[in-house]
Amino acid sequence: MHRKRLWIVLDYLLLSAAALLFIAPVLFMVAGSLKPDARVLSEMDSLRAVLPAQLDWQNYRDVFARIPFGRYLWNSALINGLIVGLGLIVNALAAYALARLQWRGRTLILAGVLALLIIPFEAIAVPLFYQLSALGWRNDYLVQVFPFVANPLAIYLFYSFFLGLPRELEEAARVDGAGILRTFFAIVIPNAKPVFATVAIVTFLLYWGMYLWPLLMTVDDGVRPLPLAIATFYTLPPVQWGDILAFGVMMVLPVLVIFIAFQPWFVRGVATTGIK
Amino acid sequence: MSCVTFTHLSKRYADGTQAIVDLSLSVADGELLVLLGPSGCGKSTLLRMLAGLESPSGGEIRIDDMVVNDLEPQQRNIAMVFQNYALYPHMSVRQNLTFPLKMQGLPRQEIEERVRTVAERLSLLELLDKQPKALSGGQRQRVAMGRALVREPKVFLMDEPLSNLDAELRLQIRQDIARLQRDTGITTLYVTHDQVEAMTLGRRILVLKHGVVQQLGTAHELYARPANTFVAGFIGSPGMNIFAAKLHRDVQGYALEIAGRSLSLRSGAYTGEVLLPFEGNTVQVGVRPESLCLLDEGAGFSVSLSAVERLGHEVIAHFPAINRVGDSQEEHSARLAYQDALQIGDSVKLGLSVKDLYLFDPNGNALPRVGDIVSPSATD
Repeated sequence: MHRKRLWIVLDYLLLSAAALLFIAPVLFMVAGSLKPDARVLSEMDSLRAVLPAQLDWQNYRDVFARIPFGRYLWNSALINGLIVGLGLIVNALAAYALARLQWRGRTLILAGVLALLIIPFEAIAVPLFYQLSALGWRNDYLVQVFPFVANPLAIYLFYSFFLGLPRELEEAARVDGAGILRTFFAIVIPNAKPVFATVAIVTFLLYWGMYLWPLLMTVDDGVRPLPLAIATFYTLPPVQWGDILAFGVMMVLPVLVIFIAFQPWFVRGVATTGIK
Repeated sequence: MSCVTFTHLSKRYADGTQAIVDLSLSVADGELLVLLGPSGCGKSTLLRMLAGLESPSGGEIRIDDMVVNDLEPQQRNIAMVFQNYALYPHMSVRQNLTFPLKMQGLPRQEIEERVRTVAERLSLLELLDKQPKALSGGQRQRVAMGRALVREPKVFLMDEPLSNLDAELRLQIRQDIARLQRDTGITTLYVTHDQVEAMTLGRRILVLKHGVVQQLGTAHELYARPANTFVAGFIGSPGMNIFAAKLHRDVQGYALEIAGRSLSLRSGAYTGEVLLPFEGNTVQVGVRPESLCLLDEGAGFSVSLSAVERLGHEVIAHFPAINRVGDSQEEHSARLAYQDALQIGDSVKLGLSVKDLYLFDPNGNALPRVGDIVSPSATD
């Protein structure tokens, strides 16, 4: 009995240590954003690094004064909203066709989609840059959205979820008089909320911090997203860590809000799509 | 109301499995035809092809005079009840019933009327606003039936609709289905692997094995005139005992040699003309468990009981198969009047009347009995 309790205590200690390891940088960011710039680095060696001693909002005011933060936030929200929104429709339809319809070349396409999962974006960034530049697509929203709507990871997640849905439901709908698209929208989607939430969160996280592509394709601040804005704080003197951390907090907040909103479905989605 | 015709229908899956082999069949307007067979015999495939959920590899399917091979499921005006009911889990009972009518584009008032009529008929009125997950198995089954009925379809398909219910409910809903079908007069194809269900529901029963039609007939025809050893063994509970015996001729006529004994066929149901081609050969002999009786003494087959099932009013006694044919039953059985004394391991004598014997050729096809007008054929 004692032995068992000891193990439980040990478990909790280990888990707490691991949790601290992950939470510490976030706490550091929040605490640092609320201190005068000079104290951010000087308090690094004490516990005060992660504890905000006072609530000083000056860094936040600085961020708004130095750059048009609202404009960048709007750009990021619009680009990500479009990538996620269009992506949900396009990838779900593609996955449904792969999971349920019989057509020539289906297995080949499926293998291709799976193969694309392992190709990092950096490997195709330059060829993609040349291709889209040749089309004259530069420095606008479209060029930041279009290449990312179709997403092999999203297709794969949808595909494996659809395979697990009872086929009889769709067959019943077909017999009841619904066509393929009607069946998809009226029967499949309402029963696939977890995977939609999962894909929404995963793709949102994937592209919210995107840096390389907008850097290559845009020059105008009017269409650039948040990650490029934060970069100006590193490159343009003076480098003020308090401002950078305040920017960081404001950039993470939308992600947190979306994650919490979709969390119940997301957890179910992770359980049913088998990603971990 | 509609009739359904299959002509030389076949289905072969991509992996080479032959699910249906050259099937021709006609289902009359208003008929309830039962498709019976063990799992994997192709009965569900046949139903799914009629519904348009699978496409045939060859042959033709007609509903009335229209070939429907290339029609989408939604164009066939067929309703189907699935084994797992397939109720839409995100819709209430009312929405489930409404869905097929909305797909037809009916005006709202007519939809409401039809839903109410069907809900009344199936006692679903109180369940209309519930979600499927809040219903019991029997209620779900009724909703599934309602969703199929509400469309007033040309043909009604049921794929083992009772297999998820307990025995009592199954009996009750079986009667409900029979009554509904009679009242509505909708042509119905009903798939089951349960022979009791098949025999109580269908006027005609189609027995399938490996996609090949074994016999089409009434419950009594399947029982009393099985077309082959498969039907003989499948119909009846327990099925017919089949064993091998040598047919020879003695001074009194034809006789069978079974387990070292000679059994004269003189008073049996087979004429010499039928038996002549098999003289000197081994044939297959069938006897129903209920045709066997316990003998106190005298000429009979001595068997040692391997299992005894007491059913209250009777006893089913099992014993190692006599002259087993190929990989057929390992055990034979006898349905005997109830007696307490029978025990496993008892050695008993069983007798039978020659009239109750069935003879099959070495391939397992029934030999025509006296009184058969034509030999039973697989398709008609």
